[in-house]
Formats: sequence, structure tokens, C-alpha cells
Amino acid sequence: MTLFIQQVIKGLMLGSVYALLALGYTMVYGIIKLINFAHGDIYMLGAYFGYFFIKVLHLNFFIALILAMAVSAVIGVLIEYIAYRPLRHSPRIAVLISVLGISFLLENGMTYLYGSDQRSFPQAIKTVQYHFYGIQVSNIQLIIAVTSVVLMLLLTYVVKRTKMGRAMRAVSADPDAATLMGININHTISFTFAIGSALAAAGGVLIGLYYNSIDPLMGMTPGLKAFVAAVLGGIGIIPGAAVGGWLIGILETMVQATSFSAYKDAVVYAMLIVILLIKPTGILGKNKREKV
Amino acid sequence: MDQTHIKYTLSWAAMAAMGFVLIFMAQMVGLIGHYGVTTIVLIGINVIAALGLNLVVGISGQFSLGHAGFMAIGAYATALIMAVMPGVMGFIVGMVTGIAVSGIVALIVGIPTLRLRGDYLAIATLGFAEIIRIVIMNLKITNGPAGIFGIAPFVSWQLVYILAVITLIIVVNFVRSMPGRAIIAVRDNEIAAESLGINTTKYKVIAFVLGALFAAMAGSLRASFIQSIAPKDYAFMQSIMILIIIVIGGIGSMSGKVITAIALGILDTLLQNFGSLRMVIYSVILIVVMLIRPQVIFGSRELSLKKWLFDGGDGHDTDHTENA
Repeated sequence: MTLFIQQVIKGLMLGSVYALLALGYTMVYGIIKLINFAHGDIYMLGAYFGYFFIKVLHLNFFIALILAMAVSAVIGVLIEYIAYRPLRHSPRIAVLISVLGISFLLENGMTYLYGSDQRSFPQAIKTVQYHFYGIQVSNIQLIIAVTSVVLMLLLTYVVKRTKMGRAMRAVSADPDAATLMGININHTISFTFAIGSALAAAGGVLIGLYYNSIDPLMGMTPGLKAFVAAVLGGIGIIPGAAVGGWLIGILETMVQATSFSAYKDAVVYAMLIVILLIKPTGILGKNKREKV
Repeated sequence: MDQTHIKYTLSWAAMAAMGFVLIFMAQMVGLIGHYGVTTIVLIGINVIAALGLNLVVGISGQFSLGHAGFMAIGAYATALIMAVMPGVMGFIVGMVTGIAVSGIVALIVGIPTLRLRGDYLAIATLGFAEIIRIVIMNLKITNGPAGIFGIAPFVSWQLVYILAVITLIIVVNFVRSMPGRAIIAVRDNEIAAESLGINTTKYKVIAFVLGALFAAMAGSLRASFIQSIAPKDYAFMQSIMILIIIVIGGIGSMSGKVITAIALGILDTLLQNFGSLRMVIYSVILIVVMLIRPQVIFGSRELSLKKWLFDGGDGHDTDHTENA
């Protein structure tokens, strides 16, 4: 039983990072119906910025986290401005290729500049283990869980209570009507990319701290899995991304604890296919009738 | 079968033969060395894979991101059978087995997933391809992440050229057949097609399975040409590479695809000299191409020999050129 709880805690921790990434996917998809495959690479960039701020500038971990989020947000906005905005009225497959081009560019650009080797992420915070009734929790795990939850609450506040958040919901519901109501669609989309990228960067820095290693291709698999999480929870639905992220995290840690650990990623994808076949709109999704 | 049609068919055949002779001559004279031949073979393999994926993405309008999975099945079936059955026979049996297994897997995968639409189908196919890759990576018989080495080489550029031409003929004729037209109808308006009595899922599955067969053939040729295979060769990236050929070549346009595959193949060879900067340049080119021509190079236009040689021909050619 303690082993089980131990795994659930580990899964929730990993799931929080997937959830942070999935939020970016789901918001971007909700607003411009684009699968942003470059999102996992923003997560990688975030980790590298965190590395830079801590290792080179010797900043405090939390300041480095916030700075990495800010810089990644700017990069996310720039990417949208350069590579996605000019293609907004083109066939969706053309935008998709542009997205993949950006993804390749970030991965290979970082490999070219800094090499493909893994780097060890600085131990900005000393690991301390706590024990409760036989269950072991480290302070790093707590930091990851708390930071993720705080960021998610902050996001909920922004989306639900602020003017920009209302604009985001309006554009996602009906872009044309939103324009007629005087909402600047371009600003709203830029804002969405900024938030999504900042959350991804936070995930990257947190994972860097936890696993101690970063490399230019670290975003590929978590990116795909976070996307699975977004679909699982219902793509376009913000609480869905969090639910999906935690479920995927727990599922993955559970499989890893069994003898099928080599198949942990396959199980995640199989789960995705099952969900798509049973309820394509996701756990929290509503069914939409198709009109002729 | 009017006379123009026969002339038209013959001139295509002549062009295909001319291409063959040209490459042959160039090789004889020493214009293209070992490197050039490798490029030609890889281009031919990409053409086969792209024409197959074109049936799914271009002709039936279904968005598949899992083409690499089917290539992997073809490659591994060939490698495994050649290990127990050396010689040309092994290669042929391996390729046929790979194609058959790939078709069966596509059928099993396709029937449930092709009910999904657009992005959901893309994600589901991506998931399946990743599962295939992970299974291959963890099985003992496929030698895990290291892959299989020392596969006997039976692939020459002549073989690839002929198979690519045959693929082109099959695909073009299939598109103009009754099921082909039904598939196009489903792509253009699924609801209208359904209300006219077309079984939409059935035709989507047909296109998907055919696409998988060609992917397996391409994978099988590649395995024997490169002589080694590893699971990482069939990752998400490989599906994307084939998809890029399709998108830049114009969704649906066959000639566009062939030309794009040739152009990208040459680009790839030229970029080899840049070492690690290669993929950076490649991705920048990709983004720039998308930004400059979002409607994508060929659109749905075809290179029409009929228009060149026979001054437009008579009425019936328009429906082919517009069909994509």
C-alpha cells in the first residue's frame, strides 16, 4: 500500500509537469485549432534558460524560474508572429509543416549551438527527504507540485477574471463574432502563446531540477505525451488538460513500476487511442452535433 | 480509347524509359558516382512512400501521421525473413510478407480509427506508429534499439526506378477508377458522398490500406539498400519527412510529389557537406517555403503532357487535371 501511494505521489509530480505543458497545447488548440508541435521544444528552451540563469548568472532558483518563463513567453510570441501568423488563412496542413519546421529548427539549432550531449542541471536547491508513515517525499517533489498548482490557479484566475482572459474565451468560441465585438484577435492569440510558452518553460525548469539533466531533444517525448494528456482531458478545455496530465503521469509511473516498464510510452499511446475511440472529445469534453 | 489517349500514354511511357536511359548513360559516362546513385535510390524510395501517403492524405483527405510505422513493418519483415532465407528469394518473400503484414495491420488500425476526423485521426495514427516503434524496440527478435545489421543488398537503382514507375501507374489508375472517384467524393464532401450511398468508412479504409502497402514496400527496399535498420529510423520524424514531400508537392498532385521528392533528395545530398548545420538549414528552408507559398508549390496542378504535346487534347483531359 505504501508502495502504491509512493507511486501515486511520483505520478502526480510527473503529471503536474505534463499538465503545465498540456495547458499550452490546449489553449493554443482552443483558440486557433493548431497542434503546436513546437511546444515541447519551448519546454526544452525553458530548461536551457533556467540552466543559464542559475549556472552562469548564479540567480536564486525562483527568480531564474520566473525569468526563464518571461524569456520563453517572448520567444513563443515571436514564433507565432514569424511562422504562424502569416499562414493563418492558409490550409491547416501548411501551418502544421511550418510548426514542424520551427520544432526542427529549435532542436537542431540548440544541438548546433550547444551540442547534443546531456548537461547536468545545477542543484540550485539541496534535496531533502521527508518521511511520513513510511512514505518518502523530497522537497523538490513538493516544489514541483506546489509551483504547478500555483501556476494553474493563476492561469484559472487570468482566464476567468481578467479582460484578456475573457477575450481568449471569446475568440475561442467564435473568432468572427469576437472581432465584431472589438476584440483584437492578434493580440489575444499572442497573449495565449505567451502564457502557454511561459507554462511550458516552467515545466522545463522544474523537470531539469528533478532529473538533473537537460538535452536539446528532451522536449520530444514529453511534448507528445502532454499532447496526449490534452486530448485525454478534452482538447480546448483548460481543467481537462490538468486532469489529463495527472492521469497520464500516474499511468506512466504505475506501468514503470511493473515488469512492463519498457512499454510505458506505448501504454500512454494505447490509452490515447482507446480514449479517441470511446470518447474522442475527451473526459471533460462535450459532444457536438455535426450540422449539415 | 481515342488516338490522343494512346499517344498520351505512349509519351508517358517514353518519358519514363527516357529517364531510365538518361540515368544509365550518366552512370556509364561517370557523371554520377556512387554518391549520386545512393541519392537516386533514396529519392525513388521516398517517391514510393510519398505516393502511398498521398492516397491517404491527398486523395482521401485523411490526415495520417503514422506512415513510418508501416515502413517499419515492411523493413523489419524483410530483414527478419532474409535472416532465415538468404538470397534473392528471401528478399522477394520478405518484401511480399512485409507488404501483406502491413496491409493487415492497416486494416485492423484503419477500421476503428478512420471513423475519427481530422486532427483526431492524425493523433491516433501517430500513436499507432509510436506503439509499433516501441514494440520493435523491446522485442528480442528485432534486436531492440540496436536494430538489425548486415542485411543482404539486393536493391539497385534500376529496381527502385521500375518499382517507383509501377507505383505511379497503379496510384494514378486507382485514383481514376470507381473506388478512386468515390474516395475523392468522400474527401470533397463527406456528408454529400454518404447521402449518395457511398460507404465512406469503407473507401477511407481502402485508401489507408493501399497507402500502407506502398509504405511497406518503401521500407523493405530501404532495409535492403542501407543494409541495416534500427527503430529510430522509423520515428515520428520519418513520417514527417514523407508528409513534407506531400505538402510541398501539393496535396493531391502526383507530378508535384515526384518533383519535390527529387528536389528534397538533391537538397539533402548538397546539405551533407554542412555537417551538423544541415538540419538547421533544412528547417529554415522548410519554414521559408511555407511562408512564401502557403498554397504550396504545385497546388493541385499536374504536369500535363497532354497540354504540352497535343495542344490541350480534347474534352476529357480536364477532369484528370482537376481531380486533385
